[in-house]
Amino acid sequence: MSAQQSGHQGHSTMKVTLHVWRQKDARDPGRMVGYPNVECSPDMSFLEMLDVLNERLMEKGEEPIAFDSDCREGICGACSLTVNGIPHGPRKGTTVCQLHMRSFEDGAELFIEPWRAKAFPVLRDLVVDRSAFDRIIEAGGFVSVRAGGCPDGNAIPVPKEEADQAMDAAACIGCGACVAACPNAAAMLFVGAKISHLRHLPQGQAEQKRRAQAMVDQMDSEGFGNCSNYLECEAVCPKEISVKVIAEMNRDYLSASLTREEQKNDGGGAG
Amino acid sequence: MSWVCRLYRSSLGAKYVMASTGVLLLGFLIAHLLGNLQMFAGADAVNSYAESLRALGPLLWVARIGLLVIAGVHIVTALRLAKANEAARPVAYVKQASRQVKPQTKTMVLSGLVILGYVVYHLAHFTWGFVLHDYSTLVDTEGRHDVYSMVVYGFQCWWVSASYLVALALLALHLCHGITSAFQTFGLNHAKYATAIKLTGPAIATLLFLGYASIPVACWLGIVQILEGT
Repeated sequence: MSAQQSGHQGHSTMKVTLHVWRQKDARDPGRMVGYPNVECSPDMSFLEMLDVLNERLMEKGEEPIAFDSDCREGICGACSLTVNGIPHGPRKGTTVCQLHMRSFEDGAELFIEPWRAKAFPVLRDLVVDRSAFDRIIEAGGFVSVRAGGCPDGNAIPVPKEEADQAMDAAACIGCGACVAACPNAAAMLFVGAKISHLRHLPQGQAEQKRRAQAMVDQMDSEGFGNCSNYLECEAVCPKEISVKVIAEMNRDYLSASLTREEQKNDGGGAG
Repeated sequence: MSWVCRLYRSSLGAKYVMASTGVLLLGFLIAHLLGNLQMFAGADAVNSYAESLRALGPLLWVARIGLLVIAGVHIVTALRLAKANEAARPVAYVKQASRQVKPQTKTMVLSGLVILGYVVYHLAHFTWGFVLHDYSTLVDTEGRHDVYSMVVYGFQCWWVSASYLVALALLALHLCHGITSAFQTFGLNHAKYATAIKLTGPAIATLLFLGYASIPVACWLGIVQILEGT
């Protein structure tokens, strides 16, 4: 990408001042550490800029900054940085790995922090433990069917609108930005999305009520907060999932609580 | 009944309780406003309405205790949720920012508690007669408790009216968020009605504000006044 396109005409490099959360391990109280004048290219991704800083730190014999990343294509949900108080940074519908330094002014001051939630304990620096999400999925984010052979295409008719809604919800990459952004550290958008993408498909409807109950109960036991309808989750979600999925979860949980009889084998998976 | 306890203890259950008690309290606000608006129909209308409420006897107490329980559950559940929300983020962000958090959403607990304080004062003023005057001795020509004069005298004091308007403004802000949120809590969210639902909270809140505020304003402007001989 040319310098002209980058919005930094005539500058092939830019400098930013970073304040990064450093924490040795889960027990360390942690603190913000300043890194002034970090040089980078406007065309670097945010994580590449951190890679450059880490190389410099290692050259000086210092501990590099630990942060999560995997695909760096915005599809895996591993990266999890809060930039200036906004999970994944200032660009709408963008994971922090897809955020480029040209999104910031030359000389910008950036505060980089991990996701903050009781249910996401910090393991080290900017890395948090998100296995609470895995346990919520284990509680009910599945369909208990014998997979068997590959079914014929269109053997089970699914209306286009329903398929679209399921796909929109299934775009959730489970990064946890919704929890990080919510003033209550609630996981409603994540759980709502996981419930929604199954409830809109015929295969997911048999267990709709059991699923809502099991997943919400697990979410509560993990120590996530409650929904106050701040809508901050929807605003930061890199996949732009709508809070409509939370309404669907609310509906399913209410109907499950009022009408569903407890089963002895609750919590069991496929037979 | 274990499922009821389980439901109440859950995060979503607590929200259903907030929304349903909120809707019931909104029902009271509407009924109370309709009663109050009879001030514009004259002293006789208000005083006979007040008399008919008193004539309910034990039923009035059922309504009063019911309201008290509903308000109590609304408040206790709100405080429980607020405490849980605070516990869910033990370490705050060094740099705080938000994309679309609205002030009325952020201050729901605060506005709620101020409204609670105001309601206690409002009862002490008009119902119990602890503030300014004991209005219970006011009697109209037909020997009924003169609610009409009580309201006019009450709003003649500038700070009574001013605090009433401030409390109403806070109540309107509280309702702006609360009413729209109740739809979401009960799962009523559909693209077709999204705009309507979004506007319902502010619309009802504005109507209630204007309705309630019209009474002290009418008292100032002399539209509602004490007539000679009453």
